[in-house]
Amino acid sequence: MPILSITTFLPLVGALFILIQRGSPEAVANQARKIALITTLINFVLSLFIWFNFDPADPGYQMVEKAEWIPAFKVNYHMGVDGISMLFVILSTFLTPLCILASWESIQTRVKEYMVAFLVLETLMVGMFCALDFVLFYMFFEGVLIPMFLIIGVWGGQRRVYAAFKFFLYTLLGSVLMLIAILAMWFVAGTTDIPTITATHFDRTMQIWLWLACFASFAVKVPMWPVHTWLPDAHVEAPTAGSVILAGVLLKMGGYGFLRFNIPMLPEATEFFAPLVYTLSVVAVIYTSLVALAQEDMKKLIAYSSVAHMGFVTIGMFTLNPQGVEGSIFQMLSHGIVSGALFLCVGVVYDRLHTREIARYGGLVHNMPKYAIVFGFMTMASVGLPGTSGFVGEFLVLMGAFQDNTWVAALAATGLILGAAYALWLLRRIVFGKLVKPDLKAMYDMNAREIAVFVPLIIVVLWMGIYPSSFLKITSASVDNLIKTYETKLAASASGVTVAAR
Amino acid sequence: MIAQFPDLWPALPEIFLACAGMALLMLGVFRGEGSTRLVAYLTVGALLFAAFLSLGYGSGRVVTFNGLFVMDAFGVFMKVLVLVASSLAVIMSLGYIEREEMNRFEFPILMLFATLGMLMMISANDLISLYVGLETQSLSLYVIAAFRRDSTGSSEAGLKYFVLGALSSCLLLYGSSLVYGFAGTTAFDKIATLLASGTHPSVGLIIGLVFVAAGLAFKISAVPFHMWTPDVYQGAPTPVTAFFAVAPKIAAIALFTRLLIEPFGHMAHSWQQIIIASSILSMALGSFAAIVQTNIKRLMAYSSIGHIGYALVGLAAGTQEGVRGVLIYMAIYLFMNVGTFAVILCMKQKGRMVEDIKDLSGLARTNPLLAAAMAIFMFSMAGIPPMAGFFSKLYVFLAAVQAGLYVTAVIGVLTSVVGAYYYLRIIKVMYFDEPAGGFDKVTDDGMAAILVGTTAFTLLFFVVPAPILNYAATAAAALFAG
Repeated sequence: MPILSITTFLPLVGALFILIQRGSPEAVANQARKIALITTLINFVLSLFIWFNFDPADPGYQMVEKAEWIPAFKVNYHMGVDGISMLFVILSTFLTPLCILASWESIQTRVKEYMVAFLVLETLMVGMFCALDFVLFYMFFEGVLIPMFLIIGVWGGQRRVYAAFKFFLYTLLGSVLMLIAILAMWFVAGTTDIPTITATHFDRTMQIWLWLACFASFAVKVPMWPVHTWLPDAHVEAPTAGSVILAGVLLKMGGYGFLRFNIPMLPEATEFFAPLVYTLSVVAVIYTSLVALAQEDMKKLIAYSSVAHMGFVTIGMFTLNPQGVEGSIFQMLSHGIVSGALFLCVGVVYDRLHTREIARYGGLVHNMPKYAIVFGFMTMASVGLPGTSGFVGEFLVLMGAFQDNTWVAALAATGLILGAAYALWLLRRIVFGKLVKPDLKAMYDMNAREIAVFVPLIIVVLWMGIYPSSFLKITSASVDNLIKTYETKLAASASGVTVAAR
Repeated sequence: MIAQFPDLWPALPEIFLACAGMALLMLGVFRGEGSTRLVAYLTVGALLFAAFLSLGYGSGRVVTFNGLFVMDAFGVFMKVLVLVASSLAVIMSLGYIEREEMNRFEFPILMLFATLGMLMMISANDLISLYVGLETQSLSLYVIAAFRRDSTGSSEAGLKYFVLGALSSCLLLYGSSLVYGFAGTTAFDKIATLLASGTHPSVGLIIGLVFVAAGLAFKISAVPFHMWTPDVYQGAPTPVTAFFAVAPKIAAIALFTRLLIEPFGHMAHSWQQIIIASSILSMALGSFAAIVQTNIKRLMAYSSIGHIGYALVGLAAGTQEGVRGVLIYMAIYLFMNVGTFAVILCMKQKGRMVEDIKDLSGLARTNPLLAAAMAIFMFSMAGIPPMAGFFSKLYVFLAAVQAGLYVTAVIGVLTSVVGAYYYLRIIKVMYFDEPAGGFDKVTDDGMAAILVGTTAFTLLFFVVPAPILNYAATAAAALFAG
C-alpha cells in the first residue's frame, strides 16, 4: 500500500468534498469544519501506520514509492521516509487537526475556503517531508507559500497584507536561488533523485556556491538571524492556527533542508561554512532573546523566542556529532509542539478579548485556572524544564556543541537564561498579578473544545520529556548514517586533495 | 530548365487556410449583415482543421517551393500552438464584438489571415518567405488593432502599431539586404552552409543579422523594442489584445528561433550576447515597470514583455535544451495568457467593460470561481509550483545553467521574485480587499469552456507533464537535425 502517497494526498480529497458542499452559508461552514476535522484525524491515524511500519534499525529510506513522472528528464515521483523525516510527517499530521479544532469558532468568515487552504497546506507539508526527488521537493516546498499567503492575507490581523507579502516574497527570494542550485546539481548528476545526488561528488568551488544558494533558501525558512524579520510580522498577523503551522511545521522545513541537502550533499562546503552558521546562530540566540524581552505583543514575543530556539537547532545540526544532530531534530519536534501550543494559548485569550497587547492582561489565574495551568506548563516546556520536551533537545544540543566548540556552547547557554527570563516574565504579566480590569473579570475559562486541543499537546510534551528514547531511537540510525556519509565524503575529498598535491 | 511543380503537401494547412479565408469572405459578403457569428464559427472550424492537418504531417524535414518553405516537427509544434491560440481568440472575441458594435464579419476573417501569415513565418526557410509571412500577419494585425473605428483608443493603437511596425519591417528588410549582399543568398540552408564552412563571417553579415534581429525583437516586444506594447495592449479592443498577446508572439518566437538556430547557428557567439542582453533587459523591465500599473491590460503588456524575456533565456542558451525550453515556455504561456484574458473579458459591470485592477476588488466573494481561476493564472505567471508556469521557467533556466549562463539565470530568478509582487497584488485585490460591485455573470458558454479548460491545464499540468515535454523535445531536436 502506498501509505506515504495516501497520507500526502488524502487531505486533497477532503478539500474536494468541502468544495462540492452546497446549501446555506451556515450549513456549508459547519460541513466544512466537520469534513476538515474528520479528514485530518483520519490522516493522523494513517500516518501512525507509517510510524508502526517504520524500522528504526534501518538507516535508509523506507516505504519507498517510485513512479515515472517526467522520464525524459529523469525526474521521478519518488517518495520515502527515513529517521530524519518520519517524525516530521507525524508532526504535520498531528498539528493540523488541532489547528482545525482551534479555528472552530475563531474563524467565522469564508470558513469553506479556510478549511480548503488548511487541507491543501497539509498535503504540501507532508509531501515535502516525504519527497525524495529534488523537483518534487521543490514543488511542495514552494507550493506551501500559496495557501499560507492566503491564510495570512485573508484571515489575518490589521497589517495582514504587509505581512503576507513580506512572508511570500522573502521566502520566494531564498527559494529561487535554491532552484538555480537544483538545476546545477541536476546538470552535474544527471538526475534529480535525492539519494543519487547525495552520492554524487561536486567539486569544492561548486559546493561553496551550491551551499550558499541552498542556504539562502533554508536560512530564510528557519529563520536565521539576520533574515528572520519576516517571521514576527507573519506570526503576529496570521490567525492563530496559521501561526501554529508556521511555527510548528514551516520553520522545520528549513532545518530539514539543511539535514537533507546542505550537510550530506555538500560536506566540504558545510565544513567550510560551519563557523558562519555558528556565528549567526549564537547571535540569533542572544540577540532575539533580548529583543523578545522588549516586546509588548504576546505573539511577537513568542515569534522572537522561535527564532532563538531555532538558533539552537542550527547550532546542533552543524556540530555534526550524534548528540548535536539528534538534539537538533528533537528540539525541532519539541519546538513545533511547544511553540504551537503557546500560540494556541495566545489564541484562547485573543478570542475573548481581541487584543494581543501584554499590558491589557494580568491576573488570569483567578478566573481562568485551567488556562493558567496550561499556559504555565507550556512556558516551562519552552524554558526547558527537565521532564518536558524542551529540556531534552536543548541539553543534547549543548552537549553536542560542547564537544565541538566550547565558546559556542557557553554563549548558547546564556540564551537559556535569557529564554527563561522572557518566558517567565510573560507568564507573570499575563497570568499572575491582580485581576483588576473588568473585561478580564468577565472572561470565562477554557471550554471543552479548547481543552481537547491542549490535552494531546501536553501528553506529547511530557512523553517527549520523560521518555525521549521512543523518539531518539527512530532518529539515531539515520543520523549516524548522515554523519558517516558526511565524514566519508570529507575524508575522500581530503585524500583526493593530498593526492593531487603530490 | 523545366520548372518543376512544387510539392504542395507540406504546405497543406496554409493552402487550406488561404482558400477557407477567401471562401468565408465571399460567404460574408453574400450573406451580408448578421453573418458574423456563422463566419466566426466557420473560422474556428477552419483553424482547428488546419491544426489537424498540421498534426497529420509526419516526421522528418521537407523543403519545398524551391527552398522557400520548410516543414518539420518544430513547425508542427509551433503551428498547432498558433492555431489553437487563434481559434481560442476568435471564440473569446465573439461575445465582445457583438456587444461593442464591432459586429462585422471581417473581424474573424482578418484573424484567420493573420494566422495564415503566422504559419508562413513558422515555415519560412528564406528571408523572402520570412518577410512575406511577417507582412501578411502584420497587415492583418494593424487593421484588427484599429477595428473599433469610433474609439480614439483603438484608432490610436492601430496607428501606433502600424507606424512602429512599419519601421521595424524597414529594419528587417535593411538587415535582409545586408545579409543578401554579404552572403550572396537569402536561403537559410545556403547561409548555414556558408557559415559552416568555417570562413569568418564578415562584419556586414553580422550587422545584417543585428538588423534582422532588431526587427524581430520588435515583433516579440523584447526590450529595447518594446515601446509600442503597453499602448497597443491598452488601446486595442480587449479580444484583440488577447489575440496579440499570444498567437503572434508564438509565431515570432518560432521564426526568431529558427532564424538564429538554422542559418545563423554557427554565429551563435555573435548573436548570443545580443539575446542575453535583450532577455535580461526584458525580464527586468517587465517586472519593474508592471509594479506601478493600474490598468490590467497595461499590466499584461509588461507581463508579456517579461515572459518574452524568460523565453529568450532559453534561446540565448542556443542549445537543443534551450530551444526545448522555449517551446515548453510558449506552450504554457499560451494557456496561461488565454486564460487570463478570458478573465479580463469577463470583467463586466452592468454590461460595461472595466479594466482597472481595482475593479477586481473582492472578486473572491462576489465571484469565487472567476477569482480562483485568476489566482491560479497569477500564481502560474509568477512561476510558483505546482502551477504550469513553474515548469515553463524551470526548463529555460535549466538550459541556461547547462549552457553556463549562470548570471543570466540568477538575474532571471531574481526578477521573477520582483514579478511575483505584482501578480500577488492582483490576488491581494481579489482576495484581501472588500468587494466593489462585482461582475456580471458569465453567460457566454464558449468563454466559460475556455476558462475551465485553461484553468484545468494550468493547475493540473504537473500531473502528466510528460507528453508536452516529450513533444517539445522532439520538436527541438528537429531544428538541430537539419
